[in-house]
Amino acid sequence: MQTDNETLLLKGNEAIAHAAIRYGFDGFFGYPITPQSEILETLSLLRPWETTGMVVLQSESEVASINMIYAGGSSGKCVLTSSSSIGISLMQEVIPYMAICEIPGLIVSVQRGGPGLGTIQPSQSDYYQAVYGGGNGDYHVLVLAPSSVQESCDMVGLAKELMMKWRTPVMILSDGSIGQMMEKCVLPPYTPRRTDEEIRRECPWATNGLGLKGRKPNVSTSLELDQNLMEQRNHALQAKYMRIKQEEVRAEHYMTEDAELVIVAFGSAARVAMGTVDEMREHGHRIGLLRPITLWPFPDQDILTLASRVKQMVVVELNEGQMLRDVEWAARFRCPISFIGHCGGVTITPDEITHKVGALLSQG
Amino acid sequence: MAKYRGVIEVDTERCKGCNLCAVACPLHLIELSTRVNHHGYNYAVQPDQTQCNGCSTCGIVCPDGCITVYRAEK
Amino acid sequence: MESINIKSPQNIVYAKPRLMNDTNMHYCPGCGHSVVHKLVAEILDEMGVEEKTIGICPVGCAVFAYRYVDIDWIEAAHGRAPACASALKRLWPDHLIFTYQGDGDLACIGTAETIQTLNRGDSITIIFINNAIYGMTGGQMAPTTLMGMKTSTCPYGRQADLHGFPLKISDIAATLEGTCYVTRQAVNTVGNIRRARKAIRQAFENSMQGRGSSLVEIVSTCSAGWKMTPDQSNQWLADNMLPYYPLGDLKNTVDNK
Repeated sequence: MQTDNETLLLKGNEAIAHAAIRYGFDGFFGYPITPQSEILETLSLLRPWETTGMVVLQSESEVASINMIYAGGSSGKCVLTSSSSIGISLMQEVIPYMAICEIPGLIVSVQRGGPGLGTIQPSQSDYYQAVYGGGNGDYHVLVLAPSSVQESCDMVGLAKELMMKWRTPVMILSDGSIGQMMEKCVLPPYTPRRTDEEIRRECPWATNGLGLKGRKPNVSTSLELDQNLMEQRNHALQAKYMRIKQEEVRAEHYMTEDAELVIVAFGSAARVAMGTVDEMREHGHRIGLLRPITLWPFPDQDILTLASRVKQMVVVELNEGQMLRDVEWAARFRCPISFIGHCGGVTITPDEITHKVGALLSQG
Repeated sequence: MAKYRGVIEVDTERCKGCNLCAVACPLHLIELSTRVNHHGYNYAVQPDQTQCNGCSTCGIVCPDGCITVYRAEK
Repeated sequence: MESINIKSPQNIVYAKPRLMNDTNMHYCPGCGHSVVHKLVAEILDEMGVEEKTIGICPVGCAVFAYRYVDIDWIEAAHGRAPACASALKRLWPDHLIFTYQGDGDLACIGTAETIQTLNRGDSITIIFINNAIYGMTGGQMAPTTLMGMKTSTCPYGRQADLHGFPLKISDIAATLEGTCYVTRQAVNTVGNIRRARKAIRQAFENSMQGRGSSLVEIVSTCSAGWKMTPDQSNQWLADNMLPYYPLGDLKNTVDNK
């Protein structure tokens, strides 16, 4: 097995599969759905069970997949699943269980256009689904939004670190265009999977029986009939979320230092918007891009700081303005905020953004 | 004559008075007390402790694991 | 009073299993769940596998099984315990992985997970308590409710045109390639409890030996739901449940002679 980096031309989805093996994940459980099936296909082709010992299982449904990572994560293993939009809807059943039981696990969401079966074309219309969740109760999922194939790969490593550190479900919110596009990708060296002894030491909370004779039984349960105890558990969860908000916000600032107009966009829309920034800069316009990398926790402070300084902001998304609400809230009306978007699987071009931003600049 | 003698001990606070041990006892030696435990259940008792042969039937059928059965050779 | 003298530890021939703790179980008096919990605790102790065991609780009356048997447990969402078990067995191939489920959980909301897991042949054990009713939610109709049987959602008795037919899911399981052992047992008499114990032990051995999936259905009672005394329930079970759900092995591919 190679111990070095390796550079390959890969789809975003394929990069995630390679990365999961190389970052030492113990198992993948998933169900086919366009546009993310390459993750399961690539893993099946690579046969990691013969090399790293990583388990790969095609489950009977997304409902089963999420339960599989709930159980696997509960036992201290490092596990992931992947799906797209409607599949992620089915997973909402158990994501809250993972949150309140503090179970680590990675969910890769490769968005397509909705609602319902919608299209199989790229979209960002599952921002609400990822950031606000469709499950019950007061919970959050830590959401990472890649905007390139390389970043899709790297975020698998980051997600592993974050999910184990915070004992929380983490979501990589990709979309059909990042998942399907091919780019050069530098894959990381192989990290060995943890031994049983390492799991026992690092995850004393895990439900795996290890060392049971010297400790109390471990139980993963979300059920608590005493409402006061349930409130205490909720408070503890919220306290953890506060710490995550303080420590884990990530955002990329691209030419925002002297910008008069800042575009806020994530994932594939940010990638397109970056082209607009480059082009308009060439024409002397002082425009920049803020790209939230963590969608939850959201870079509220970055937005507020910029909103207090710039003349206007433009939110670009492949939906009807979902992140827009978070930007408006964070900006506290310090500057005008416009929106450019498409939905239902229609993507956006740099020219369209350039044209619309140009119009806004001339009005301003 | 039975070769063994036995006796049972009932965890009366755990007992829910389901009466299954009394029904199952082949020698009909178990009944429910007239008193109740602090949950309000009439618990199982073995008033005559000289007849039991320690067959364990009561212990096996007891859903709540309230019965300890002792057995010794006569 | 001479009987008191034999109350010493070396004379104990039956006691609450070591792995069952002192927490009072929430089950109604005479509930079959408690009997099966005891069997599970006894067998795990006997096999010496407690440090290699993960139990998976259902939604339903047995949701709190984790409070009573001192092993590591995962409380699964409604019906999803078999999916959890599949993942765990693959991630921990040396472990004993078992689910403990009721009829609503296993044969209704979790039918897909049950059938798929059994058919994958993952070496796990499913313990399936069939009392023909939803106990925890207050006595509603279950997939296994008998024809004519009254519950709060079929108060005039189960009728085929309104409610369909009782599901013999173990019979379906026996037809699946992935299962190595499918058996139907009961815990209404001391003899049946002994046979059920043997069956669970057999299933756990199958799981540890990697022979395929095992399903142990236990036909059980629900005194509260059936509105009878525990003793009457056991009798009703023998008279009404067992003719429709006959006891015995439905499939056993393991030669244990």
